[in-house]
Amino acid sequence: MTADDPTLDAPAPWLEVDALLDDPGTRIVVCCGSGGVGKTTTAAALGVRAAERGRRAVVLTIDPARRLAQSMGISELDNVPRQVKGVDGASGGELHAMMLDMKRTFDEIVEGHADAARARAILENPFYQSLSAGFAGTQEYMAMEKLGQLRARDEWDLIIVDTPPSRSALDFLDAPKRLGSFLDGKFIRVLMAPAKVGGRAGMKFLNAGMSMMTGTLSKLMGGQLLRDVQTFVAAMDTMFGGFRTRADATYRLLQAPGTAFLVVAAPERDALREAAYFVERLAAERMPLAGLVLNRVHGSGAAKLSAERALAAAEALTDCAEEEAADIPLGAAAGAAENLEPDGIVDHDGGKAASGTADGPSPAPAAPAGHPPVSAEQLAAGLLRLHAERMQVLARERRTRDRFTALHPEVPVAEIAALPGDVHDLDGLRLIGARLALDPTHTDAPD
Amino acid sequence: MSRLHVVSGKGGTGKTTVAAALALALATEGRRTLLVEVEGRQGIAQVFETEALPYEERKIAVAPGPDGASAGDAARGGRRPGEVHALAIDAERALLDYLQMFYKLGSAGRALKKLGAIDFATTIAPGLRDVLLTGKACEAVRRKDKQGRYVYDAVVMDAPPTGRITRFLNVNDEVAGLAKMGPIHNQAQAVMRVLKSPETAVHMVTLLEEMPVQETADGIAELRAAGLPVGGVVINMTRPAVLGTGDLDIAARGARAGVAKALSQAGLGGARRGGLAERLIDPLLEQAREHAERVDLERAEHAELTALGLPTYELELLPEGVDLAGLYRLARELRRQGPI
Repeated sequence: MTADDPTLDAPAPWLEVDALLDDPGTRIVVCCGSGGVGKTTTAAALGVRAAERGRRAVVLTIDPARRLAQSMGISELDNVPRQVKGVDGASGGELHAMMLDMKRTFDEIVEGHADAARARAILENPFYQSLSAGFAGTQEYMAMEKLGQLRARDEWDLIIVDTPPSRSALDFLDAPKRLGSFLDGKFIRVLMAPAKVGGRAGMKFLNAGMSMMTGTLSKLMGGQLLRDVQTFVAAMDTMFGGFRTRADATYRLLQAPGTAFLVVAAPERDALREAAYFVERLAAERMPLAGLVLNRVHGSGAAKLSAERALAAAEALTDCAEEEAADIPLGAAAGAAENLEPDGIVDHDGGKAASGTADGPSPAPAAPAGHPPVSAEQLAAGLLRLHAERMQVLARERRTRDRFTALHPEVPVAEIAALPGDVHDLDGLRLIGARLALDPTHTDAPD
Repeated sequence: MSRLHVVSGKGGTGKTTVAAALALALATEGRRTLLVEVEGRQGIAQVFETEALPYEERKIAVAPGPDGASAGDAARGGRRPGEVHALAIDAERALLDYLQMFYKLGSAGRALKKLGAIDFATTIAPGLRDVLLTGKACEAVRRKDKQGRYVYDAVVMDAPPTGRITRFLNVNDEVAGLAKMGPIHNQAQAVMRVLKSPETAVHMVTLLEEMPVQETADGIAELRAAGLPVGGVVINMTRPAVLGTGDLDIAARGARAGVAKALSQAGLGGARRGGLAERLIDPLLEQAREHAERVDLERAEHAELTALGLPTYELELLPEGVDLAGLYRLARELRRQGPI
C-alpha cells in the first residue's frame, strides 16, 4: 500500500493493531466475520505479531486450512496448545497454537464434572455421542468453553480466538444463552418426568400432564430414543449447573474490558453487510468492539492513472500495433499462419494477433520458442489494461467500504493489502501482520 | 436427470448466487423450480433484491424466455413461462408443520413449544434441525399435484458450506441410527433414500484459489465416502488472463525502454528517465507480476479441479457485482455450458 492509494483518505478512524496487541490490558482478541474472509489467517497473523512483540500468546483456531495448520505445527487435532517454532522470541514473547477438538472438549467437561461411573454412562450414551461429535451448534459451545478454560489457566497473557464458520456468524454469542434457556426450561423436567415427578402425591395434575407429554414424545421419537435422551439428561443433570455457570462466566468474560472483538471482512458487498450486522449485534450485547479488519484490499502504485485513461491509452496502442502489422504483411507477425493467406485479410489478421496476446501465449503453430512475438506497444497495452482492471477493483472496494463507514463512522478500520496467493508459512503470516499494522497515513511510500 | 440440486462451497465462493442462477437456468421452457435456503441468512432475498422471505413458497422470478418454443414445451400442453419459487426454511416452523402434518399434533405441538421442546429440538437436539431442513427439501422434491405430476421440476438448495455438507446431508442416517424405530426413524430413512438416489446431485462452488479448491477436493471425497451423489464443480468468479508469464519475462528483460516509449506515445508523459511514463513502468510491472503469479496459481488450481473428473462449469467474475441482470447472465451461462 502506498501514499497515493486513493482508498486512504477516508474518514474512518484507523485501527491501531500494534497498540491493541501491545497493551497488556488486552487479554482476549476474538476474530469474527462471515465465512471465507480470512478469519483464521488473520487470527494466526495477529498471534505471530503479538508474540514477536513480546506477548505470551495462544491462538485458538477452529478449522484451519491444512497447510496453515502445518505451518504452525498444529496439524494434529489434539486439543493441546503447542508452542509454534520459528517465532522470533527476542522480545521475550512466545506463541502457542491449538486446533479445537469439539468432541474431546465435550468429553473433558463430562469427565471433569461427573464421577467415573456417571461419566461413563454419559460417554457411552448414543445421544451424547451424536451431540458431541459436532452437530450444528456444538462447535460454538465448545469454542466458548475452550476459551473459558484457556483464560482460567492463566498461562498466557493474550488469547486470540478464531470463531467457527457458523450458519450465522454470531451463533457463538448465542450459545451460552441458548443453553441457559434450555436449562431453565420446563422441557428438561418433562424429559425427566418418570424419574423425578412420579410418586409425589401433591402433583397429580402435573403428573398427568407430564405423562401425556412423555407419551407424545415417545410416539414421536420412538421409545428407545426417548429413553436414551432421558438417560442422557438424567446423567447430565448434575453437571448442567456447572455448564450454566461457566457459560455465563464466559459471556461476561467476552463483555469485559480486556476483550477486544475484531470483525474481519473482505471488501465485498456481502461480507461487509454481514460485518455491519455483526457490529450492531456486538453493540446490542455490549461486547467491546475494537474495530474492523478489512482483508485483501487492493492498492496500486500508479493510482493517479485512472482506469479510463489507462484504457484509452491501451486502445490507442493497440490500434497503432494493428496499423504496423498491416504495413508489414510478412514481417513482424510472421509467426501467424494466417499471414500466408492472400491480401485483404491481412489487415484483419493483424488485429487478431494483437488481441491474441491478451489471452496469454497463443498457440500459433509456427511461432518460435512457444511465444508469439510481442511488441513493446502490445506489452504496454496489456500493462495498461491490467492497470485499468486493478483501478476498477479499487474503486469498487472503496465504494463498498465507504458504504460501511457511512453506516458506522465510529468503527476504526485497519486494512490488509491483498497478496496474490494464499499464505501458508510463518513468513506469510508475518507479512500479513505487518500489512495489518501499517499506518495508512504514513506518507513514505515504498518504492 | 437430477431433480434435487444441492449447492455447497466454501464460504465466500458465492454459492448462494450460483444456486440462484442454477434455479433460473433450470426454469426454462415452462419449468418450475424451487430455490430453498436453509441457513436463515435471507441470502436469496438479497440476491433477488426483494424483501426478506417468509416461511412460505412464493414466486420470486420469472425465468428468461426459452430460446424458441421447444417440443417439450408443447408436450406440456402450454407455454407457461418458467418460474422460480423460493422458500427460506425455518427449522422451528418446519417442525411444527411436521407435527401437524404427520402426527396431527396441533395443540400438543403448541404445548411442546411452550415447554421449550421445540427450542430444544431445533437448537440442541443432535441434528434434528438438519433433519427438518433436509426433510422439508425432500418433501418439495416428492410433492405431486392432483394430476400426479411433480409440483416442482427441480429443487435447488442453497446448502451449508463444504465443511459441513456431508454431515448435513447424512444427518438422517445418523438419526435413523439413533431412533431405531418410530416415525422419526421412518422419516429419516425416507429422506435418505431421496438424497442417495440419482435424483440428487451435490454441486460444489469454488474459486480458483488454493483453500477453496482444497476444500472442494476434500468435500467431494467425503461425499463419495458417504455414498452421496456428486454432481458438478462450478468455478466461480473466473477472470481472463490479460498477460502471460512469457510476456512478463520479455518486459523484465529489457523491453523497458520500448514500453516507456509506447506509454509516452499513448500520451502518458515523458519516456525519459524520471519522465511520467517512465515512472509508471515499475508500478505497472509490479501489478503485472502479481497478475502473472495469480494466473499461474489459477492454472495449477484449475488442473487440480480437472483431475477430479467431474463436469465443470465456469462463471466469469462480474466486475460490478451480481445484480439481477448479472444473475440472469450467469443463468444463461450455466445453461450454455449445461446440462447441469
